[in-house]
Amino acid sequence: MDMSKDLVAASATPLVLAILAEGDSYGYAIIKRVAELSGGHLQWTDGMLYPVLHRLERQGYVAAKWSASENGRKRKYYRITKEGRAQLAAQREQWKAVDGTLRGIWMQACTV
Amino acid sequence: MTTTFADQPLEDQIAQWRAYLRRRQAVHTRDVEELEGHLRDQLTALTESGLAADEAFLVAVKRMGNLDALSREFARAHSERLWKQLVVAPEAEAPADTSRTEILVVLSLAVAAGLAVKLPALFGFPLSPQENVPSFYFRNASLFVLPLLTIYFLWKRGTGMATGLWLALPFAAGAVFANVFPFHNPGRLDNFPEGSDTQVLTVLHLPIALWLMAVGVAYVGGRWLSSGRRMDFVRFSGELAIYYVLIALGGGVVTAFTFMMFSAIDMNPEWFVGPWLIPCGAAGAVIIGSWLVEAKQSVIENMAPVLTRLFTPLFTILLLAFLATMAWTGNPINVKREVLIGFDLLLAVVVGLVLYAASARDPQAPPDFFDGLQLVLVIAALAVDVVALAAIAARISEFGFTPNRVAALGENLILLVNLAWTAWIYASFVRHRGSFADLEKWQIAYLPVYAIWAALVVIAFPPLFGYR
Repeated sequence: MDMSKDLVAASATPLVLAILAEGDSYGYAIIKRVAELSGGHLQWTDGMLYPVLHRLERQGYVAAKWSASENGRKRKYYRITKEGRAQLAAQREQWKAVDGTLRGIWMQACTV
Repeated sequence: MTTTFADQPLEDQIAQWRAYLRRRQAVHTRDVEELEGHLRDQLTALTESGLAADEAFLVAVKRMGNLDALSREFARAHSERLWKQLVVAPEAEAPADTSRTEILVVLSLAVAAGLAVKLPALFGFPLSPQENVPSFYFRNASLFVLPLLTIYFLWKRGTGMATGLWLALPFAAGAVFANVFPFHNPGRLDNFPEGSDTQVLTVLHLPIALWLMAVGVAYVGGRWLSSGRRMDFVRFSGELAIYYVLIALGGGVVTAFTFMMFSAIDMNPEWFVGPWLIPCGAAGAVIIGSWLVEAKQSVIENMAPVLTRLFTPLFTILLLAFLATMAWTGNPINVKREVLIGFDLLLAVVVGLVLYAASARDPQAPPDFFDGLQLVLVIAALAVDVVALAAIAARISEFGFTPNRVAALGENLILLVNLAWTAWIYASFVRHRGSFADLEKWQIAYLPVYAIWAALVVIAFPPLFGYR
């Protein structure tokens, strides 16, 4: 299933925030987690995650820190902030509303 | 898990990819590191799952995505990165300590220039807010700053001591000729422009002569025969003029605030602004401005060619309207000193427009509309010049020679020759009979003429006209 670009872009923020809400992480692991969660349906071009992360960092929803990884390389770890959690909650409500609306109309279509 | 791969070709490929990414302005070094870490994680995972190194590289790079699209996204996330930062972000290749040394050198030279202006006060030429500025300061204005600017370029280019000593010569000569002549001045603290005419000419011409003969030679690192370097000096001069105006505007704002704030608490800052802030700031700004132009050469679009594009059409219209009005009304040019200087300046501006248009143009490009416009501009300027020359000649034949008229006549003739030949080269270029490089060569070759004439006015005019 090929998902439309706009939908991928729109879902990126809540998805990244939700993954970071599970625990601190870094770019490559976030991508892997996305693939895992979506069962491969949500394919991001790997590079595109980083501008998203940087934008969230600017907005204050995530905080970043460079520290050594298990293989000795320096790695940039991201952590969700309090504002990020609030933002995640707000986005969750919005997505729920969209999801509920679509469900409602599609259930009707099935019963007709 | 290791950080580097044993496979050397793979490391080479990663290095290539990194270099390619690094060229993008919106992606900073730290981001490249982050992305490279990702690529390496991906490569490790892929090779562990059984892919060969080169296959893994292909897959990993493909998954990373199109780098153009990626750097566009980075630019959207960090829009400030597209505005090149001038002072705060030096080029990554330049070692940090040389740029720090340079800042120190520049700052001390700027301070030295500011102090140099105050030096004469110790020897009985005070600057005070109540009185007129002594003509001494006007005559020697270029000697306060230009030697220090020359030192900066000697240091910057690493030119040998021998050249440096040669360059002291024009300054020494300038100091002598500006000060030994007994100009007819009404008193020591005279009302400057009211004094002797030849003195005013010295004040106007000495900076031009020293700029071309000393600063220019230092700027090109002693290679003043190289036409490429000379063109760089022309570019530098134009950019410095623009920077200087910008700095002066900022200085004006500082001055206005100084007055406003201290007046608010009933203090008069005049004793500081007049004798200290303005003269020292004006001197130091020449050094700072030069450094900025040097530093930004590769960082920002040059402004002089942009302004040239903007003002060439306007000046063309102005000259044509002037000629048409004069032909219609028959009003002759009223020959006064300011008018003569004004027309010389106008022609100098036209030469400047031609010069800066040439400096930014690709010499290989075929003639376009703008070249036609330049040709019209040059021809209109020639016509104006002939009219001005006729007015000066009429004045001389009626009232005889004065230093001002002769200086104006000489400058007009020099610019006339330049413009006439420029028009000729331009015309043949527009008709596809010549190359644009000829025009550049001509303008560059002509530079020493200005220097020699300016020196002549400083050295020969005062005695020739009896220090009038």
